[in-house]
Amino acid sequence: MGRRPPLPLFSISLLGVEDAVREGIAQTLAWLTPLELSEDETNTVQLVLAEALNNVVEHALAGTGGQTTVEIRGHHGASGLDLCIVDKGIAMPDGVVPRLPAPDVTVDVADLPDGGFGWFLIHTLAQDVTYVRRGKHNYLTLRLAVAL
Amino acid sequence: MELTSSTERGVPIVTVQEQRIDAAAALAFKDRVRDVTEGGQDTVLLDLNHVVFIDSSGLGAIVASMKILSPKRRLVLAGLTPAVDKVFRLTRMDSVFGVFATVEAALNELQE
Repeated sequence: MGRRPPLPLFSISLLGVEDAVREGIAQTLAWLTPLELSEDETNTVQLVLAEALNNVVEHALAGTGGQTTVEIRGHHGASGLDLCIVDKGIAMPDGVVPRLPAPDVTVDVADLPDGGFGWFLIHTLAQDVTYVRRGKHNYLTLRLAVAL
Repeated sequence: MELTSSTERGVPIVTVQEQRIDAAAALAFKDRVRDVTEGGQDTVLLDLNHVVFIDSSGLGAIVASMKILSPKRRLVLAGLTPAVDKVFRLTRMDSVFGVFATVEAALNELQE
């Protein structure tokens, strides 16, 4: 295998609204082009970013109406793709990353969960998921084992 | 959110004509499925072969659509692309829906 050229650090800003998430993901994938990710790896990056960004715009930035931005920072190294998502919204409840089991699907149709899978998917697909609040900023960092 | 509906061999089929069912599309998806299936009696086949990405909000919208149809009607799925299939498997929702590789396979099963 030939060695890949190192991927430069990147930083992408998007408006903190639901409709901007797609564009933020697309811009991130464009940055990652040199990594030549497989289809499955690309989907992992998309899915984890979608869940993390949706959480930010739906919770941390709820009600701000796009008055603030979200930043995606990334770096690829020997252990994979490190991503950091930064926002100026309200802090995570309890100050920690929610770590809940997958919702139970062995129930009657009427009782099936139609939400609550976001953090489960993030924890399933990513490693070292951590959250810190510094000043007025939220930092969610995680690592994806892609392009190793 | 563009959906088309048709009937093949007596089975109502809803085909999603979009590449993504994500948070931005989830609500419109649920409303459109409700609109195009309203008033019917039968199991609905949801053809997802054009969809290359769903997130947990999209998954939730598909589950919500099934709940709207129940208890009288079922929602079965066909044409899951690898990325869509992965979300269903990771969340074990593949065990909740009838999932078929193709529309043809689903029609064969539903007619028996």
